[in-house]
Amino acid sequence: MDELEAIKVTFFQECEELLADLEGGLLAMEEGAGDLETVNAVFRAVHSIKGGAGAFGLEPLVRFAHVFETLLDAVRAGSVPNTVELAAVLLRASDILADHVSAARGLGDVDMAASAAMAAELEQWTDPNATPTAPAPVAAPTVAEEPAPAPALIGADDDAMDGDDLGFVFVPQTITVEAQAADAELIPSNVWTVSIRPKSDLYRKANETALLLRELSRLGPIKATLDDSALPLLQNLDPEAAFITWSVRLETDQDETAIREVFEFVDGDCDLEITRGEGSVEASIAALTAPAEPVAAVEPIAPAPEPVEVAPPIAPPAAAPVAEVAPAVEAAKPAAAAPAAAAAAAAPKATPVEVPGPGQSVIRVDPERIDRLIDLVGELVINQAMLAQRVGEYGIAPSSNLAMGLDELEQLTREIQDSVMAIRAQPVKSVFQRMPRLVREVANMTGKQARLVMDGENTEVDKTVIERLSDPITHMLRNAIDHGLESPEERKAAGKNPEGVVRLAALHRSGRIVIEVSDDGKGINRERVFGIAVKKGLIAPDLQLTDEEIDNLIFLPGFSTAEKISDVSGRGVGMDVVKRSVQALGGRISISSRPGQGSTFTLSLPLTLAVLDGMVVDVAGETLVVPLAAIVESLRPKPEEVRPLGPVGSVLAVRDSFVPLIDVGLTLGYREESPHPTDGVVLLVEGEDGSRAALVADAIHGQRQVVIKSLEQNYQQVEGVAAATILGDGRVALILDVDATINLRRREGGAPRPPEPSLIAAE
Amino acid sequence: MTRTVLTVDDSRTMRDMLRMALAGAGFNVVEAVDGEHGLEVLSAHRPDVIITDINMPKLDGFGFIEAVRVDDDYRAIPILVLTTESDPAKKQRAREAGATGWIVKPFNPEKLVDAIRRVAA
Repeated sequence: MDELEAIKVTFFQECEELLADLEGGLLAMEEGAGDLETVNAVFRAVHSIKGGAGAFGLEPLVRFAHVFETLLDAVRAGSVPNTVELAAVLLRASDILADHVSAARGLGDVDMAASAAMAAELEQWTDPNATPTAPAPVAAPTVAEEPAPAPALIGADDDAMDGDDLGFVFVPQTITVEAQAADAELIPSNVWTVSIRPKSDLYRKANETALLLRELSRLGPIKATLDDSALPLLQNLDPEAAFITWSVRLETDQDETAIREVFEFVDGDCDLEITRGEGSVEASIAALTAPAEPVAAVEPIAPAPEPVEVAPPIAPPAAAPVAEVAPAVEAAKPAAAAPAAAAAAAAPKATPVEVPGPGQSVIRVDPERIDRLIDLVGELVINQAMLAQRVGEYGIAPSSNLAMGLDELEQLTREIQDSVMAIRAQPVKSVFQRMPRLVREVANMTGKQARLVMDGENTEVDKTVIERLSDPITHMLRNAIDHGLESPEERKAAGKNPEGVVRLAALHRSGRIVIEVSDDGKGINRERVFGIAVKKGLIAPDLQLTDEEIDNLIFLPGFSTAEKISDVSGRGVGMDVVKRSVQALGGRISISSRPGQGSTFTLSLPLTLAVLDGMVVDVAGETLVVPLAAIVESLRPKPEEVRPLGPVGSVLAVRDSFVPLIDVGLTLGYREESPHPTDGVVLLVEGEDGSRAALVADAIHGQRQVVIKSLEQNYQQVEGVAAATILGDGRVALILDVDATINLRRREGGAPRPPEPSLIAAE
Repeated sequence: MTRTVLTVDDSRTMRDMLRMALAGAGFNVVEAVDGEHGLEVLSAHRPDVIITDINMPKLDGFGFIEAVRVDDDYRAIPILVLTTESDPAKKQRAREAGATGWIVKPFNPEKLVDAIRRVAA
């Protein structure tokens, strides 16, 4: 049942999508923008979840989905008005549905009491006159949903097996078809007469008498007799009408129900008479023909019904022509059968075999294959760089064919790399769509009123980054509602709308993805933050800090502003953990706040964790890569621009401002003594928080795209270093973490580092 | 000769389920995600049997069946609709649109193949 398991995985994936569609649709309805198509889509989402759940025997999920679906069906039909209040209820129901899905998946539990209460509420909406049922039959405590022991796909019908065949018991050995027929005469209880008079509707629905006879023959030997007495002359024949009547003598041990079941699909589309016993063919046909409307006012061809023997499994000749003649006699086609729908206009065109998703064609590929491709392209980039370097070493003129060909190769490599990365890129929507529910829940829990506004859901970023966005965003949102927004009363008192707005936005900025979470709350209470930091011994009480520096105190380990750890933001995760996990991704987080107007958290991450554009520099004999995104400009300082500051530090005058000079070699511990900045090159860099610094390096080798190799995975995290890479000549180079470098220097006040294991790039 | 079955359902899970059951029974399976798409696939593959869902975006099951039935090239193709036992009205509407038979969800492979046998020559 591996295949079934695989489908189950698909089902849960699909559930995620359907739940997202559901929520999106309901949110639109809540804003009053839900037209009929929205309601239909919402209905379909719940319906599909129910359908799949039924196939896997996920009972509690099916039950809840059913109640939900019933209400939506009523909304669709217009019997329950589509109001904003209803949408709010449906939204809460969708949350519980999502819980059921998670529980069915084995992830978490369902609060059965809440589920039952919600089901009762939904039923109440569906039929307000219904007596409010006592909070539903299911009142069990929280339980994890268990799939029913027997999935619907397994287990065949056994009731058709019948061991006790009277005929076989008595005459087991020498039976022949004739003999059996003769025997049957003696046991009339086994014999049935079935008369069938199909109507034209039977054929219009592509049912087929021959198949019915074949089905009958599965129950036992049959002898079919055809009565074509109603068949008109060819010139009068309506090709779409039905004229043939069948009488079938059936020998079977099955009961009448089994025989009727054969005709389940044609119920109402043929006159059917089933009688026990031999029955006179003429009589049964007469019985059928008599009450019927005059079939055709035409002389029957054969006045006396002449029984025609038909071998059952073969298609009876008389039935087939009806279908075959039909297309030819186009003009005679009854108009009724042709509600000339736009259907025919759906011009059939050859389409690809691949099943496209709604609106676009999609190929599903194992992510591992893509990862492998990305790895290989990474190697290709390195190899191409090595080749370029070798060619350079041989002093080949840039205008030569070889060098030009190599340039083209570089272009192509870059394009391949971009394209491959684009395969793995995904819109952040998949993460964002989980957030409205979070906001609702957190707002409920904290007694705040919050509205989430999202922006840039379609911003694309590498899958590896997406997977790790969820946690920081979740935490920032929780924080924004719990700590940022005021209670509705406070807001009213401050002259604000009692409903707070939390904004979640994604955008691309200079080769990175930026996630902003902002609220229109009270902003950071700097006095309190400062006080707490002092109280917790995180900073000295007499320290002079700028507003921005105070705001950033909340990222310090061990800092938590909530006086009582609330249910929401508590959970043992502080902003320091968020900051660290973001930094581990090569990202940065910063905060800006205005008292009374709210705060904004800005999270910036590289678009991919696979490649980086960098400046290759030389520092104390080591080769380092500085991320290009951080570099504002590079310059050679003049002696008069360098000003000493404090005992060891110095600043650089850049145009109208002073920027701290940081010797990278010293900061990373490559050397004890800084050379004079004028002997080297200065890279003016900008940190994520906008602060600038001037990094001193010995020389610049050039700009290059490098493939990022994680230092953590291969060695360990090193402060000041973001990752490593392999250069064109095969050497390993470290990639500088610009922000960390600035912070290192800030913290140490420019003093020489205490000896620490220094990191030397290994060959 | 291998018979071709066209399955029309907007749910990937359902399509996969149908594919598993049908491929296991030796059918060739082609798929479509809604009624409109179903009509396109129909002309490309000329299936022997069609199995369709009712609730679908763009063109629903009723519309799809009607469209097949008015097309002289395809109107003799048997169509089975996927229904739930709880909705006789829908079944009736599907029959009026021209459905040949129906399969009640959830189905097992035996039931499915059985239904196909009953409508396919």
